[in-house]
Amino acid sequence: MTTLLAVLALICLAPAVAAVLVRNLIHSALLFVLAWLGLAAFYLALGAEFVAFAQALVYVGGVSMVALFAVLLTRPGRTDLLPPPSAARAVGGLAAVSLVASMLASSLFWSRLPSMEPTAPIPLRRLGELLAGPYLVAVLLVGLILTVALIGGLLLAAPRRPAEGADA
Amino acid sequence: MLGKGLLQGLAVTAKNLVGSYHDPARYVTQEYPEVPPKLPEAYRNFPFLVSETADDPMGTLRCVACQICEKECPPQCIYIEKSKDKKPDATGKPQIYPAVFAIDTAVCMSCQICVEVCPFDAIKMDQEFAIAATDRFGGLLLNREQLAKPNAYYHQIHPTEAAEVDARLAAERRAAEEKARLAAAAKAAPKAAAPASAAMSPTRTAPAPTAAVPPPAPPPSSP
Amino acid sequence: MILAVAPASPADAWLERAPLLLRDALTGWLPDALRPWVSALLSIAVILGVFGLLFAYMTLAERKLLGRMQNRPGPNRTGPFGLLQPFADAIKALTKEDIVPRAADRVLHFLAPVVLVALSLLGLAVIPFGRNLVAVELEAAVLYFFAAGAATELSIFMAGWASRNKYSLLAAMRALAQLISYEVPLLLSVVPVVVVAGSLSTTGIVAAQGGWAAGIWPHWHALTPWGFSAFAVFMIAALAESNRSPFDLPEAESELIAGHLTEYSGFKYALFFMAEYLGMAALSAMAVTLFLGGWQAPLGLLEFVPSYAWFGVKLLLLLLGFIWIRATFPRLRIDQLTRLSWKFLVPLALVNLLNGGFWAATADWSGPAAAVRWLVSALLVVVPFVALARSLAAGYGPRTYRYAPS
Ligand code: SF4
Ligand code: SF4
Repeated sequence: MTTLLAVLALICLAPAVAAVLVRNLIHSALLFVLAWLGLAAFYLALGAEFVAFAQALVYVGGVSMVALFAVLLTRPGRTDLLPPPSAARAVGGLAAVSLVASMLASSLFWSRLPSMEPTAPIPLRRLGELLAGPYLVAVLLVGLILTVALIGGLLLAAPRRPAEGADA
Repeated sequence: MLGKGLLQGLAVTAKNLVGSYHDPARYVTQEYPEVPPKLPEAYRNFPFLVSETADDPMGTLRCVACQICEKECPPQCIYIEKSKDKKPDATGKPQIYPAVFAIDTAVCMSCQICVEVCPFDAIKMDQEFAIAATDRFGGLLLNREQLAKPNAYYHQIHPTEAAEVDARLAAERRAAEEKARLAAAAKAAPKAAAPASAAMSPTRTAPAPTAAVPPPAPPPSSP
Repeated sequence: MILAVAPASPADAWLERAPLLLRDALTGWLPDALRPWVSALLSIAVILGVFGLLFAYMTLAERKLLGRMQNRPGPNRTGPFGLLQPFADAIKALTKEDIVPRAADRVLHFLAPVVLVALSLLGLAVIPFGRNLVAVELEAAVLYFFAAGAATELSIFMAGWASRNKYSLLAAMRALAQLISYEVPLLLSVVPVVVVAGSLSTTGIVAAQGGWAAGIWPHWHALTPWGFSAFAVFMIAALAESNRSPFDLPEAESELIAGHLTEYSGFKYALFFMAEYLGMAALSAMAVTLFLGGWQAPLGLLEFVPSYAWFGVKLLLLLLGFIWIRATFPRLRIDQLTRLSWKFLVPLALVNLLNGGFWAATADWSGPAAAVRWLVSALLVVVPFVALARSLAAGYGPRTYRYAPS
């Protein structure tokens, strides 16, 4: 079990690291897809079938497309010519490393380590009841946020009409 | 009703599917290599050389190697070499003949110009459209043996046109014979007739030019 | 696999059990630890073989039927009735030169067709092809199927982008717009089935469609008002998802030089071709499972025919429907295509969601109440359909053809 989880962690982390390092944005988006798939496999190994397939459906099928479209539809600036100054890079790297380290440390030291053995998977019906019962407000809130984001996106993308009475 | 058009369309294709199995009027495909296509009479493709007889095509080619077609062919796909000697043609008159006559069918565009310019009705359009060869350089270059086809074949593929050509050639031949006969008769006639005939045809002077210089055009009115 | 012991049960017939008996005969001598692995490999091999052959003969059937529907014979030269044509085509595709543009992203260019075929095959794992004939039993099988299908979009994008050809890229983006647009009604039309059957597992959904009302009317979902509507939306969306005519804009071969496939040749092109047919077969198999009762026989009398045969018959009928539609309808324009999805299929599917909920909530109505149930459900299908169609057709008069014979 532990070795399986280690392999899966590698499958998740290696593409993620590579995605940050490669210069080609499309490649990095595709590498992220690989990382997301690794995450789905991780859920599967933990016995959470539903979450795993939902992860694959939403992230690999949907979010990846959004990311790719965003990359293709934005006009690239000429930042590729000017690497950021090394001091800024060092600060950024330091911030990222300390953030991850503090998160890891907090989860390792201040929380109980979960047992490695997978618990019995929650039956699907129970999951549905949970989502439609105690967690209903959370689910609805997430939906609301997404809808607001969608409308915001529409407003941003909608063609602007020239103001009334403006000169042609 | 909504969606009616879609259902009608589906019905049309379904009818075709069923109909093509039992209704020969619908099923129009001919199995080509087994069933040769019926070409219209005016169909033409690639030229061939007309010979008078089928037994001796090389001896009776109408072509006299005048090379007009070679010069006129737009893509320049005809190649002719004249013979050194002369052979009697169909009428027995000694003629030059093409020692080499080749058409590169890979280049020929079937424009029929060679046929139009030939003064001897020696080259005509064929109906052979399926020219295929395993060697694309040699195989598509047809020499005079491959190009020669008898007049009977010409009659077979373009009957109207061939009959017209034959009638014209026969008329020409008759006219030539008539002329030869008249010439022979004139040579044989007594010399006494000669001065009279000379007096009967005086040389006429050319008429004086009558066209006057046209008057100058009126100046264009100013706007 | 534990089989029912009741002697009269159709599950006991010899033919019905033949595939399982064969599997047991092939794997019975193996040690217990190896047996599940070998039988899994066997089912993979069988799926690959059956659907590979199905693909080969689908291409032939398609060409022959298209021909007949256009009053011509179709391929009839290679072997008797042209039956060897698929193999001739395969040899041709294999021996063709594989051209990769110099500027192309070689890795992605190679990966795109491979990933596509692999993903199109993945979905077949959860289809119950017959009683007890399913490669993988999953609780969330329906979700798995669509998760595997959704990833095909990625490989289309990869194909378009890796070719380094602006037309390929544009075509890929257009293809993605289409696939994403139709993913929505496809999934929405499945939800009521899940609600009514109360299960996300394919075997559970097939089991829920067993039996006959009044002894003759199968409990198939497609034979209920909401189910019929969902089935229609599903099939239309499936047409678009598998890039089939009349939604074949991504590779409109007659005017767009095959879109994102422009830079593909030889065997890679054949792989794309194969993925299209596999995707079509997988979606049809899913439609059979969700709406047409899976492997259930249409009549109790006909249960002596083995279940996998019924499944095969239904699958073939749906595939023939795909071909028939391709022979009939002209291609849509991209704006018509997206309008059809967002303004017609999605609202229809949303109303149908309500309808499915109503049907699930009234499962215990019987007698005259059942008639009311059917009536309400039918009205919930017909009224939105007519209203939507009216609103969409408004402003588009009947077309007049000036030169066509009326
Ligand atoms: S075919 Fe006719 S034009 Fe050509 S060389 Fe012979 S006689 Fe002359
Ligand atoms: S048909 Fe035209 S192209 Fe062909 S040989 Fe005659 S002149 Fe040349």
